[in-house]
Amino acid sequence: MNRRILSREGWIRLAVIVASTAAFEALCRAGFIPRTAVLPPSEMATSLWHILRTGEYNKDILSTLQNVVASAALSVTFGFAFGVVLHALPRLRATVEPLLASYYAIPTFMFYPVFIVVFGVSSRAIIAIAVLLSIVAMIASTLTGLDRIPRVLRKTALIYRMSTPKRAVLIDFPAAAPHLFTGIKLAFAYAFIGVIASEFILSGQGIGYAIAYAYNNFDNRNMYGLMLLVILLATAANTALDTIDRRLQNRSRR
Amino acid sequence: MKRTGDSLLLILGILVLWQVLYWLAGDIALTSPTGTAEHLWKLLGTARFWGHAAETARAFAFAVAISLVGGVALGVLLGLNRTSGVVSEPILIALYSLPKVTLYPLVLLCFGLGMSAKVAFGAMHGLIPVTIFTMKAIMQIKPVFWRTAHVMRLTPRQMAFTIALPAVLPEVIVGARLGFSLTLLGVLIGEMFASQRGLGFMIMSAMGLGDMATIMAVAVFLSVFAIAANALLMWLDRAIPR
Repeated sequence: MNRRILSREGWIRLAVIVASTAAFEALCRAGFIPRTAVLPPSEMATSLWHILRTGEYNKDILSTLQNVVASAALSVTFGFAFGVVLHALPRLRATVEPLLASYYAIPTFMFYPVFIVVFGVSSRAIIAIAVLLSIVAMIASTLTGLDRIPRVLRKTALIYRMSTPKRAVLIDFPAAAPHLFTGIKLAFAYAFIGVIASEFILSGQGIGYAIAYAYNNFDNRNMYGLMLLVILLATAANTALDTIDRRLQNRSRR
Repeated sequence: MKRTGDSLLLILGILVLWQVLYWLAGDIALTSPTGTAEHLWKLLGTARFWGHAAETARAFAFAVAISLVGGVALGVLLGLNRTSGVVSEPILIALYSLPKVTLYPLVLLCFGLGMSAKVAFGAMHGLIPVTIFTMKAIMQIKPVFWRTAHVMRLTPRQMAFTIALPAVLPEVIVGARLGFSLTLLGVLIGEMFASQRGLGFMIMSAMGLGDMATIMAVAVFLSVFAIAANALLMWLDRAIPR
């Protein structure tokens, strides 16, 4: 059923998106939405095209992407490691579990100033807050993945008399992989949010900073161009990761 | 009893970690747990703090109300029809994972500075998770329930209260929990950028002054509030009979 380019629902979805964009454009052009507030989508697109062609913001875009990748990589690595350790120590896990469950209730960004004082206004402060935001998703996914390894697989490993490292590589890791991927997806999404938001609050470069700067200078054209860039980047990355995630989940359900 | 012991142990662990960090990082970066508690206690005695807190609470109350009522209504509307559910789910998920801070200038230009922008920003964060959870819950009600309802000739009203509501309530509470914390975050971030009042503004101005003690005290106050609210909703979730 996935073989067709788009399902019926996919076509409707596309139609809905196109129609709402067109309606938005029409409302802007007709003057119902003042130009000082929002630009029509077509002008956002031309502005984005201009930004990409002139390379005016390349440094900011690059710095944001670097920070996102660095934070996501750190979160995935350490989140996985913490997850494995917690899984191996049930007593510690029982103690930490309530924190994991209510972690995302804490407004993490309120601690950004602390990191700014420690690291200065730099990429390191941004990466620190992004890691803080995304690592727990990875820890939780690792725990779920390890919990859901079917017991029959463990028994099979026992019958084959596998050593622990061999079992980890041949049985545990592949069995937990779909959940680990969900963790990677979430870590990436949270890292993106963390980086852009910190850049927005206080920083010297990056897309978030550029948008805030354009806003403060009433530079609507560049601001909406960059905003469109963020929306497209985030949607493309999340949709791609989500598609792979769904495939993996379906495969493990067979 | 063991659970309480564990929670105490966890809090103790966090305090010890904090103290160690304080010894490592020093006075400029952090305040010690006792120092923060003292400062918070002092702040709690001032009218200025409560003025800011009341402002945040008001914006938050409006935003949460919009998120919950709007999210549940939208979720029910989209979830009742299978096609509309399948069509809208990826769109909602894409909106959910968008860094919404980016859209802040747009909100400001549309709503102006002040209360309405804060509420809009908070609702923007909280509305979508509530919608997603409600919609999925409605879509996942077993068809046999509906058929049973038809056989028993329930009126739509009876169907809503005896079948749909109990079936979706656990999921809606999970969504509400997520929506609650995200709305709080949204309101606070909103206050950080464009407001002259509220706890977010207080943190932002303390940041400008390098007043670490106030930042830590307010952040801790908010974290404790958020965790307490979260724990309450989690307890509610467990208390519902299934």
